[in-house]
Amino acid sequence: MREALEGSQAIARAVTLCKPDVVAAYPITPQTHIVENLSELVAEGDLHTEFVSVESEFSAASVVLGAAAAGARAYTASASQGVLLMAEVLFNIAGLRIPLVMTVANRAVSGPLSIWNDHADSMAVRDSGWIQLHCVSNQEAVDTTIQAFRIAQETDLPVMVCMDGFILTHVMEPIDLPEQSEVDAWLPPFVFDRALDPSDPKSLGMMVTPDYFPEIRHAHHAAMEKALPVIEATDRDWEASFGRACGGLLTVEGDAGARVGILAMGSTVGTLRAGMAEPGAAPARLITLRAFRPFPAKALRDAARGLDHLIVIDRAISPGAGGVVGLEVAAALAGHPDMPRLHNHALGLGGRDIPETIYADLIAAIEDTDAPGFSVFDADLSKLAPEDR
Amino acid sequence: MSDPTPSGSSMPDNPRLAELRRKHGRPPQAPGAEPPQITPRDSQPRFRGLESGHRACQGCGEALAARLVMESAGPDVMVSNATGCLEVFTTTWPQSAWRVPWIHSLFENASAVASGMEAAMKAKGKNTKVLAFGGDGSTYDIGFQTLSGMLERQHNVLYVCYDNEAYMNTGVQRSSSTPHAAATTTSPAGKERMGKRHLKKDLLSIIAAHHIPYAAAASVAYPQDLQRKVRYAMGIEGPTFLVIHSPCPLGWKHDSCLTIEVARRAVECGLFPLVELERGAVTNVMPIRKPRPVRDYLELQGRFRHLFAEDPRAEEEQAHLQALADHNIATFGLTGDAEDPADTGGAALVHRGGPLASGGF
Ligand SMILES: Cc1ncc(C[n+]2csc(CCOP(=O)(O)OP(=O)(O)O)c2C)c(N)n1
Ligand code: SF4
Ligand SMILES: [Mg+2]
Repeated sequence: MREALEGSQAIARAVTLCKPDVVAAYPITPQTHIVENLSELVAEGDLHTEFVSVESEFSAASVVLGAAAAGARAYTASASQGVLLMAEVLFNIAGLRIPLVMTVANRAVSGPLSIWNDHADSMAVRDSGWIQLHCVSNQEAVDTTIQAFRIAQETDLPVMVCMDGFILTHVMEPIDLPEQSEVDAWLPPFVFDRALDPSDPKSLGMMVTPDYFPEIRHAHHAAMEKALPVIEATDRDWEASFGRACGGLLTVEGDAGARVGILAMGSTVGTLRAGMAEPGAAPARLITLRAFRPFPAKALRDAARGLDHLIVIDRAISPGAGGVVGLEVAAALAGHPDMPRLHNHALGLGGRDIPETIYADLIAAIEDTDAPGFSVFDADLSKLAPEDR
Repeated sequence: MSDPTPSGSSMPDNPRLAELRRKHGRPPQAPGAEPPQITPRDSQPRFRGLESGHRACQGCGEALAARLVMESAGPDVMVSNATGCLEVFTTTWPQSAWRVPWIHSLFENASAVASGMEAAMKAKGKNTKVLAFGGDGSTYDIGFQTLSGMLERQHNVLYVCYDNEAYMNTGVQRSSSTPHAAATTTSPAGKERMGKRHLKKDLLSIIAAHHIPYAAAASVAYPQDLQRKVRYAMGIEGPTFLVIHSPCPLGWKHDSCLTIEVARRAVECGLFPLVELERGAVTNVMPIRKPRPVRDYLELQGRFRHLFAEDPRAEEEQAHLQALADHNIATFGLTGDAEDPADTGGAALVHRGGPLASGGF
């Protein structure tokens, strides 16, 4: 049944459908409404879970780690400073291969302080070993959240569901929430076969010497690569049951014969779609990257083959290197024949509005052969002192 | 001291012992095989939650304390252990000395991880008790916030702090639990300094301010008292806290056969009072019939060696420490006329000899 829901409210309802045993979260804009909605569902008796009101994000991540290790389905959510405060625990969760689900309501990272959207937070923990899936719309965020619980326990990997703060979390949309009975049939009960259990005592998180450490890291990397087909298959299975998909690892749309491609993640894709649909807009192939970790390099090469130019949109930068997605796309395409020339642009940092006209501007910028490989595309340099440009 | 258990090769014919051994002990021997070597520990009816054979230093107070805690707490428990000596010496992959479910996450989150484990038990309707273990570094310092959060939220967890008064795992650096004037690698004694400049943090008072059902201080020198406190805490539904004074021969620079003696003197001089608190109020103290001078405690340990130099500052610092002990004795009424709890029966179980055991040094 379709209901008009705010993004955060929809996420809280989706989490409820997955029947988590333990939820722990700490408020931070723009994730706050998710925690508030979950608390309300608990207070009203609609969500039966141990809701742990922690004293920090660091503890939120630690609580769900402990809960999942003890055999419970667990969930948390955060953003920005909260994600960075969790960072040490996030690496630990993934390294211990503990299945968990977390929503990141993507927001810029201080300083300077900004409460608005970009991807600096989830990118800062990109190497933590979590699966990271980005959502274009609130419907995708709802569906991906439920899928995430299944992916996590099938792969013994934690899953981060990334949705743009404010742009998605605070926007009302008609959402199709599955029925409880449908989710019960689709999502198996939580299992974690290394769970702490006095009748079969195991030690988790032991000290590891150089004799075993590289093997354990290799196994983690291999598990991430093996998660690629699991992410795809889970989305296909979702589509078979619910009649809509979330874009597997990545999707390709627009003009298949176009010489120009644009790649983006998250809600920016919606803006680009709108720009592309304007009458007289130049044709392009639009690539939506859903899985950022594990990175679908092969699928990306297939999607980019035949293009002359590929514009890669970034919502986070690595100062001194360039756009984070841009660098990863460049690495994936390097050394392969028939790969397009890359144009990497950061857009909408710290919540700068991205207008539909950006589509035409980006395509026009291809002609500028003197342009640097990377730019903060929408920065107005006249606002800066000359020495800062 | 006499050994209370038989040390010969014949096992006592006791069905209860046989049953416990079947449950927790070594596997039965094949007929005709060499009879196993029976040590006194094998014949004691206790649960070995923490096995021997781990990598702690000889005379490690923390290893002894953890063994005693596990004996009284196990086997229906699960442990969240902070980074530190205890974690490292018990679990180098692929070997683990733990016979209970055990998890180590980070240095500063043992309480939060334990909170999550306890929430999971509640959600699943299980009664398994969750224990959280941390050294003084993780308890008094870096994990203090997560501990306070766990106590405030009233999780049903017994937190045990193994207090060896410094960051031992990283090579004896000062913590906020290091006593005033003690030398560590980050509070060394030198021409300008007499060891640590600040006081040992009064953690129990801060714990008391959380008004939890039960908090107590124990010492490895008083194992029966320690185990009684563990059993009492295990019976309580709600957050409980135990800090155990656990000498570290390496960090305190004392002979490894003196662990118990050093710990005992800390209690006898009043520097480490063994108190119990319920809902924040002191309900019990272990009395000291004749307080020992603090000097007797300091002189056994290299970390206080500079306090015995011919230097007016050394005298001043000794006096300062004596004043702290006197303050404890007065505040807690430690010289009250209650029974002398000497606890020798329990001590005999763990006191395995050394120069002081035979009366000489
Ligand atoms: C965030 C973080 N900072 C520092 C360390 C390094 N470290 C590991 S154990 C330890 C000291 C442990 O001291 P304590 O808690 O007293 O336990 P002990 O080893 O003395 O038993 C330190 C500083 C760490 N593991 N994590
Ligand atoms: S350094 Fe100290 S605390 Fe650590 S194992 Fe050795 S004696 Fe025990
Ligand atoms: Mg210590």
